[in-house]
Amino acid sequence: MSVNADKMVRVFERPRSLTDAQFSYCPGCHHGLVTRIVAQTIDELGIQDRTVIVAPVGCAVTMYEWFRCDGIQAAHGRACAVATGIKRVNPNLIVFTYQGDGDLAAIGTAESIHAANRGENITVVFINNQIYGMTGGQMAPTTLVGQRTTSCPDGRNAQLAGYPIRFAEMIAQLDAPVYVTRQALYDQKRIMAASRAIKKAFQCQVEGKGYSLVEVLTNCPTNWRMSPAQSNSHLMDEVVRAFPLGDLVDRD
Amino acid sequence: MAEAAICAGCRAYFGYPITPQNEILEYMAARMPAVGGAFVQAESEVAAINMCYGASAAGVRTMTSSSSPGISLKMEGISYLAAADLPCVIINVARGGPGLGNIAPAQGDYFQATKGGGHGDYRMIVLGPATIAEAIEIVMLAFDLADKYRVPVMVLSDGMLGQMMEPIKLAEPVDPGLLPAKPWALTGASGRRPNAVTSYAMDPRDLNRINTKRQTRYRQIEEKEVRYRETETSDATIVVVAYGTVARIARTTVKMARSQGIKLGLVQPITLWPFPYAPLRALSNQVNTIITVEMSAGQMVEDVRLAVCDRAETPFYGELGGLVPTPKDILREVQRNVS
Amino acid sequence: MEQSFVLAGFGGQGVILAGKILAQAGADHGLQVTWLPSYGPEMRGGTANCTVVLSDEPIGSPVVDNPTVLVAMNLPSLDRFEKTVAKGGTILINSSLIARTAERNDLQVLNVPVNDIAVSLGNSHAANMVALGTVIKATGTIPLELIKSAMVKMLSHKDNAELVAVNQQALDAGYNAV
Ligand SMILES: Cc1ncc(C[n+]2csc(CCOP(=O)(O)OP(=O)(O)O)c2C)c(N)n1
Ligand code: SF4
Repeated sequence: MSVNADKMVRVFERPRSLTDAQFSYCPGCHHGLVTRIVAQTIDELGIQDRTVIVAPVGCAVTMYEWFRCDGIQAAHGRACAVATGIKRVNPNLIVFTYQGDGDLAAIGTAESIHAANRGENITVVFINNQIYGMTGGQMAPTTLVGQRTTSCPDGRNAQLAGYPIRFAEMIAQLDAPVYVTRQALYDQKRIMAASRAIKKAFQCQVEGKGYSLVEVLTNCPTNWRMSPAQSNSHLMDEVVRAFPLGDLVDRD
Repeated sequence: MAEAAICAGCRAYFGYPITPQNEILEYMAARMPAVGGAFVQAESEVAAINMCYGASAAGVRTMTSSSSPGISLKMEGISYLAAADLPCVIINVARGGPGLGNIAPAQGDYFQATKGGGHGDYRMIVLGPATIAEAIEIVMLAFDLADKYRVPVMVLSDGMLGQMMEPIKLAEPVDPGLLPAKPWALTGASGRRPNAVTSYAMDPRDLNRINTKRQTRYRQIEEKEVRYRETETSDATIVVVAYGTVARIARTTVKMARSQGIKLGLVQPITLWPFPYAPLRALSNQVNTIITVEMSAGQMVEDVRLAVCDRAETPFYGELGGLVPTPKDILREVQRNVS
Repeated sequence: MEQSFVLAGFGGQGVILAGKILAQAGADHGLQVTWLPSYGPEMRGGTANCTVVLSDEPIGSPVVDNPTVLVAMNLPSLDRFEKTVAKGGTILINSSLIARTAERNDLQVLNVPVNDIAVSLGNSHAANMVALGTVIKATGTIPLELIKSAMVKMLSHKDNAELVAVNQQALDAGYNAV
């Protein structure tokens, strides 16, 4: 079969807001998908030149190196406070945080809740992989009951370590947030839905509406000790039972 | 180190993951329940140190561990522990800083550990092990000193000690039930007057009295608990001062220098507070040069200079960013100062 | 008497584990030992290495400027460490993957195709054990039997009788290769 190069249409390309740098995520990790979706959103909304990334401490710690956007690296858990500072002094900037469950829902609980409660006009992308990825697979506040990690070798015991925290639901109790949703990426349909949700969350900010949070259920093949395919089934069969998908607040 | 803590009768551990000390947290997660102790993976270092504050006040031998950025967060709690006269052992497996830095071995937390770190007029005993065998002994000692003086004690180690393996022997385990009673502990005011653990004293005269009393204890610690190790100093004409990992590396430098006819000695402070000022002062009358070597931009060297004044030269050699000097690197500095 | 080993190769070639086994066997032999893995930026450049010191006296620095033995499992490791080996020391070159031999002539050089030997035993992952067997013979510090028992100890947390058997053969093959 001969191919006429003139007639080829580019249907897939690297988002323009990304640099050539390689992500440092493990192969098969959903982190890469979400990061890419965020980049695509920035392209689609045409906001690359006024977006500021607030990178967490976690597997996405060097996120600012992958984007053609300004970026800042926050202390562990403090991303929402840092974002508040940036947005308050320059409301024209589009400011988003990108945080893991340890960063956002453990050490950063106070900052995360209070930024939402103040209705800061920022976008929070929350990566819920039910584990501490970067530090080698310890228990996270979102770890499922019974799930084994390096710091709960016999499985999470609810008696001693409580239950998986449903952060999106907590945030949804507050009056200020404009858009709060939980998404997943285990199949093509979900990926499309998550992309739409992330775009909507950024759009809320662009339109000056206020705080939005997109929680994304993701995998960690490395520390779950699963293949990417196994991890997708685990998300679909087990994880969504503890963390129901869908919009929780939509005041858009 | 974790097993040494259990051996010393530690029955409460609270921590938060951070590299390079996750092994302690993970070890305690499995081991504490097995010995009937308390283990909680806290939601942050701030929470972990305050769990220690509670457990220690309840009379139990208590420990937490972290690495530099996490230790910064614990500083508020350490100030409260000191102010409430509570014993507690804090392990810092220090890494490259400031900020997030990296996870390589470093000694940039000396000031934070020995000169305050948290707010207020307080002191914390700081112990610097150079080998794993020393770390085991020092962790056991830390619990004894903490209880004896009712102070927080920090074991200041670094990532190299955290990653290394060498064989060790553990001491006989202490039975926590046989430790001296703590009449001040919060055990329930049954048949006695209520105990209060507090750092609050509204009246300046009260706070003055309480603080002065605590300072008296600090003077006792300075008198009785200074620990250090001298190697080949008796005939030395030049001396290296180093603690922790660097001291260990410098032991090899001493051998190398001696084989070249350089009369090099080594002083390894083991208590970083109280600092061994007196032996260094004594040596400064004997040798021409006292070189301080640290994996920092120069922190302990300030204490060395306080001890030596201008009785000897006090050059400094440091590596930054998590780089570790080799025995030859240190030898080069020694040679430079001899010629 | 003090011996220091640097074991270096690609991540995944098992040099870290080989070093641990050597250290464990040294301790079982009644020696003082230290085992220090490479860390930080070194781990990224594609090479992993660890340093093992064995001594009958207390060990000073676990960081070694001039090791007495180098096990070079790949070319970057040989390039990097060849110059550092102490005079009169030993370099083991994995000639399956390294096309050149050593430039030094003031020490013992062993060119052994450790990967090929491992493959002939049916498991290329056992190349690290072949190499370990060879240096044990060449240095004569530790009896092969202690290395074998240390290996079994180190792998005891995994249920892999098969791997243990292959590793034992690989240690023997390496031992008999020189
Ligand atoms: C004050 C402080 N404590 C602890 C750490 C260590 N640390 C680095 S990343 C991390 C958590 C990683 O988990 P998560 O936030 O879930 O993100 P992931 O790596 O899974 O993407 C921790 C505890 C730190 N850097 N600073
Ligand atoms: S450690 Fe887990 S969460 Fe982090 S990049 Fe790897 S797979 Fe993803």
